[in-house]
Amino acid sequence: MTQAAGLLARRSGSLMALLLMALAGAICLLFALHIAVGAKPLPLGTVIEALLARDPKAFDHSIIWDLRLPRALIAITVGAALAVSGALMQGVTRNPLADPGLLGLMAGASFAVVMTSLVFGPAMTNWAPWIAALGAFVTALAVYAVAHWTPGGPTPLTLTLTGAVISAFLAALVSIVHLLNEDSFDNLRVWLSGSLSGRSLETLGVTAPPIIVALLLGLALAPRVTALAMGDDVAKGLGIKTGQLKLQLLVVVVVLTSSAVALAGPLGFVGLVIPHVARLLVGSDYRWIVPFSALIGAAFLLGTDTLARIAIPPREISTGIITAMVGAPVFIQLVRMRAR
Amino acid sequence: MTEGQLAAGRTNARLRAASVSAGYGATPILSDVSLSVPDGQLTALIGPNGSGKSTLLKTMARILAPERGSVLLDGKAIHQSSTKDVARSLGLLPQGPVPPEGLTVRELVAQGRFPHQGLLQQWTAEDAAAVGQALATAGVADFADRAVDSLSGGQRQRCWIAMVLAQQTPILLLDEPTTFLDLKVQVDLMEMLADLAHTGGRTLVVVLHDLSLAASYADTLVMLRDGRIVCAGAPHEVFTADRLKAVFDLEARVSWDAETGLPVCLPLAPQAQRRRRTRAA
Repeated sequence: MTQAAGLLARRSGSLMALLLMALAGAICLLFALHIAVGAKPLPLGTVIEALLARDPKAFDHSIIWDLRLPRALIAITVGAALAVSGALMQGVTRNPLADPGLLGLMAGASFAVVMTSLVFGPAMTNWAPWIAALGAFVTALAVYAVAHWTPGGPTPLTLTLTGAVISAFLAALVSIVHLLNEDSFDNLRVWLSGSLSGRSLETLGVTAPPIIVALLLGLALAPRVTALAMGDDVAKGLGIKTGQLKLQLLVVVVVLTSSAVALAGPLGFVGLVIPHVARLLVGSDYRWIVPFSALIGAAFLLGTDTLARIAIPPREISTGIITAMVGAPVFIQLVRMRAR
Repeated sequence: MTEGQLAAGRTNARLRAASVSAGYGATPILSDVSLSVPDGQLTALIGPNGSGKSTLLKTMARILAPERGSVLLDGKAIHQSSTKDVARSLGLLPQGPVPPEGLTVRELVAQGRFPHQGLLQQWTAEDAAAVGQALATAGVADFADRAVDSLSGGQRQRCWIAMVLAQQTPILLLDEPTTFLDLKVQVDLMEMLADLAHTGGRTLVVVLHDLSLAASYADTLVMLRDGRIVCAGAPHEVFTADRLKAVFDLEARVSWDAETGLPVCLPLAPQAQRRRRTRAA
């Protein structure tokens, strides 16, 4: 990466507020578009009308409220949660390649879902969101416990290494189960690549409150992450309790990621790349990286999920596949723009 | 001021180390060190590598907890005080800090305002004024919107000092701020630090490697060896060939330049002397 200070060299508060509002506007537009397209395309006017005043007798309004609105809301929630989770993870570990799965969260979720469907059969699919969240959460605790027993204690380095080792171990177990038992995993294939399809408004209802609380906490802690990124001694000199702050940030990351995994499965790419997109735009101060990551993540997942739904009708592609396929070239282009 | 006064007396000093023993894990570094830091002066900590000068600075900055003894800030044990309250009285620049990639000078300096901000992180006009003043004092206002990691070593060190200045603390602790900088930049930095103490009335404690530089600028020199303070006092009293031999095992000649009144430390390097002599002959 070059040493430029983001695309916006001079950043004032009002400029940032304007940009945030522009992004929020883009999200509203993508939100309406996400709902309008699909097997039965609906005019944007109908979408807005249905959202503002639902007519219980109109069939189109039912499609919007019962089928499409939940998925659009889930795209926003998951996009924001994963992007903020990744940004905080990169800040607390000072590792630009950190992502929400670093503590074994994604691997733990996959492992839990695969194992329960192996033991209890495909009937468990309905429970997948909760099993995934539980798997992610338990794995995070296990990683923390193992790192705690190492001589250095749970430092970002020992946590990262433990997370990588446990992730690899769980992924190997999942592969073994896959090899031995091909047929029964057909229904999990889509889930394992990260997908927003088939989630109900109820799942969102349960996961949204913890996500919202964790997002607000992440926003409040964001300025301290910048101080933390300057090194532990500098941060301590400024009066920051670094141990306590790191623990708080890790809890936020675990809550955001487990909830996102419940909604969308082990969806990669967003948490790794969106914080870098935010950085390219607004520089290295987490005061701005975190809110911009949230909005860019939400917009990105709304956009890619729209593509996932319409790319090869009448089937849909898994959202996780589209995020990487579309995201990679976009990201390379952004890096090239900054290098100039 | 005599050594006895520095070591034990002068209980009115704002920052004091009282019989501090400290180290890392099982490795003890400092043993029973007492030091009263003179207010409104520049105090330099010198000593060979591993003598404990950085450890003493870190303990006084509450980064490292002492195993025995205590550090007192305005009479209160610093390690038992609220760390954010301490950060309003005492600023620290650790050794060789690394700026996050792409962070601008202004953003870096703004971090110094953390201890003055409330829970909701309100950015006030007072904060903006403090940052502007710190940028000007450290001489980095001209490139306030550039990335810190794109600047030269000397400019970068000035940015870090500006960050600590934005903290607006009466006491500043700096760990080797001049290391790895070229001589002219070192002198400029020391001029700035001395001015902070003598014009600005701040209390500075600085770990330094260059002996002549330390003796030139410090009001008080504190010499450490093997985790103990060997001597402390005004450079005219303690910066002598005997002391350098005792503290550093260094054979050197110390002279005071008649014209400038500044100290010169000349290491008596045997190989170099032999070579010059044979050439002259």
